[in-house]
Amino acid sequence: MENSSIIKIEKLVKRFPVGKTEFTALNDISVSFGAGEFAGLVGPSGSGKTTLLNIMGSLDSPSEGDVDVLGRSVSSLSHKQSAKLRNHHIGFIFQTYNLLPVYTVYENVEFALLLQKLSGSERKKAVMDSLEWVGLTDKVKSRPSMLSGGECQRVAIARSMVKRPEIVLADEPTANLDSKNSHNILQTMKNLNRELKTTFIFATHDEKVMQYLNRIIFLEDGKIVKDNLINDSKN
Amino acid sequence: MIKFLIKGILRDKSRSLLPVIVVATGVFLTVFMSGFLKGIFNDIAELNAKFNTGHVKIMTRAYAENKDQVPNDLALMDVKKLLSQLKIDYPDMEWVKRIHTGGLIDVPDSFGETRGQGQTIVTAIDMLSPGTHEVERMNIKKSIAKGSLPVKQGEALISDEFAERFGVSLGDKVTLFGSTMNGSMMFNIFVVSGTLRFGNTILDRGAIFMDIRDAQLALDMDDAASEILGYFKVGVYDDIKAQQLQASFNTKYSLKDDEFSPQMFRLVEQEGLGDYLKLANSAGTIMVFIFVIAMSIVLWNTGLLGGLRRYSEFGVRLALGEEKKHIYKTTIYEAMLIGIIGSVIGTGMGLGAAYYMQTYGLDVSSITSNIGMMLPSVYRAEVTPSLFYLGFFPGVIATVLGSALAGFAIYKRKTSQLFHELEV
Ligand SMILES: Nc1ncnc2c1ncn2[C@@H]1O[C@H](COP(=O)(O)OP(=O)(O)OP(=O)(O)O)[C@@H](O)[C@H]1O
Ligand SMILES: [Mg+2]
Repeated sequence: MENSSIIKIEKLVKRFPVGKTEFTALNDISVSFGAGEFAGLVGPSGSGKTTLLNIMGSLDSPSEGDVDVLGRSVSSLSHKQSAKLRNHHIGFIFQTYNLLPVYTVYENVEFALLLQKLSGSERKKAVMDSLEWVGLTDKVKSRPSMLSGGECQRVAIARSMVKRPEIVLADEPTANLDSKNSHNILQTMKNLNRELKTTFIFATHDEKVMQYLNRIIFLEDGKIVKDNLINDSKN
Repeated sequence: MIKFLIKGILRDKSRSLLPVIVVATGVFLTVFMSGFLKGIFNDIAELNAKFNTGHVKIMTRAYAENKDQVPNDLALMDVKKLLSQLKIDYPDMEWVKRIHTGGLIDVPDSFGETRGQGQTIVTAIDMLSPGTHEVERMNIKKSIAKGSLPVKQGEALISDEFAERFGVSLGDKVTLFGSTMNGSMMFNIFVVSGTLRFGNTILDRGAIFMDIRDAQLALDMDDAASEILGYFKVGVYDDIKAQQLQASFNTKYSLKDDEFSPQMFRLVEQEGLGDYLKLANSAGTIMVFIFVIAMSIVLWNTGLLGGLRRYSEFGVRLALGEEKKHIYKTTIYEAMLIGIIGSVIGTGMGLGAAYYMQTYGLDVSSITSNIGMMLPSVYRAEVTPSLFYLGFFPGVIATVLGSALAGFAIYKRKTSQLFHELEV
């Protein structure tokens, strides 16, 4: 596991300025993720789950320590380099879907590819493949406002997967969904994880999500308190 | 990417509609007002040209310096020769001579005794020679209140107000007192063929219009004239051509050390018309400037609102690997697109309105009760080539400025903070 880790974090500290003092959101975090993991950060609100995900996604930078993503040290990346890292290698899924309302399902998924230099036909194939994974090929022309919450989140998954990233970071992806839809999208992600070997890292306090994880990292007050591997996860 | 942005603009009405309306309105006003200002200035300038200044005017240097006193002792001499030379040298122009002087009109009773007397301004133009345009140029026919134009030597037109005051009827004789070119006393009897309404207080109080030949005889100005006016045969004033003409004329005819040698003046050098033109231009510039500022402020605010609404979009685009700089740039492109769309619409509407006002004009004759020849009765706009692009400056600058200001607030935020806001 260690030798094939795609994210390696050592002695990470993250502080936020609060007024004149500083607030330590993450304190001395050391953890690694291997390719193909289906892992979750679990912990009470304010424990630092989102902060850790953002740093792994190079949307935020560490205050101290080393964060290495796909062989790149996040803190040394320029704006351009970190944008490129996200664009090619990291997918994001959010609690509130965050689809662009004026664009169709197809265009929302396609957007991630517009920043890459792909031909029109390559883009089309990638978009349709990815919509097929999430079972939405019949909704390509719909606008987000016409879709149910579950469908929106499936579009968001398709969007994060369309560029075939090595890593998908999902922050509370089921928080706005009912139980049936939650299981549905978790199953979809689990399948993608198996078929494409994509690494999924969740931030969650949803029991339903935990049933699917093969590794649960417990955070409390910005510290890792437990790191459990679960070998026999639900299919 | 551009296609993607255009789709967004077209579909997101709240993003595009209000800014487009704002820009289109501002551009419309800019284009239309510029056309109208230009047109009004031209109307006034042309009116002045016809009555007073010509497109160019030739006077002796000395006459020009004391013009207010109508000093006919300093008038142009050898006018016939000069005129025929001018016709050869500058065939694109029509040249006419005029005489101005002041005097006293005396109205006699049936016994030949003075019944009334009044000060008068004398204007003598070519009314009688065949093919003269002077009557038409000065709009005399339309300004006649009673009677008709002189048809032969010895007839004249006097102001209607004056005629009423002294009970002068058509066909009556009046005597004009004044002084000749040489300074000796002169008097001359005219038959009143008609009366005129000018719409100008001084002229209405007492003016007499007569044929130039009569004036030349009466004032001992046989081959002299107060001034020679030149008009472009195409009908409208052109300052560049006028400058060339002036330079050519003055080199050829004007002698530096002879104060009686003729000198040419352009329309804009007379009666403060140049200042007026400058004023009209700077009023136009100020107007455009105000529109740019006002529109920018409105667009800045709509841009801010739009930006706030679009935080989640920007956040997602960041997460998808777009650079912040690129997002900022694309919002500027969007603004340019909106500015261009709005400017096209506004320019179209402005041109349409200016064109309408050029064709039909704003008829003020019903508002100004006195229809006189000194006032334009219809104000018209003028559609000039500059109107086609003029509006794009305020239109595009305002949108780009507005959204640059709005976008700056977003740009200055840290990536992570933008991203944070998107989740709440
Ligand atoms: N930009 C910031 N400035 C200041 N403090 C911040 C900032 N971002 C996060 N924090 C603080 O850091 C701590 C961890 O926040 P984080 O969002 O990572 O928690 P979380 O575990 O994701 O919580 P939740 O389950 O509610 O989403 C919180 O106390 C939060 O207030
Ligand atoms: Mg969180």
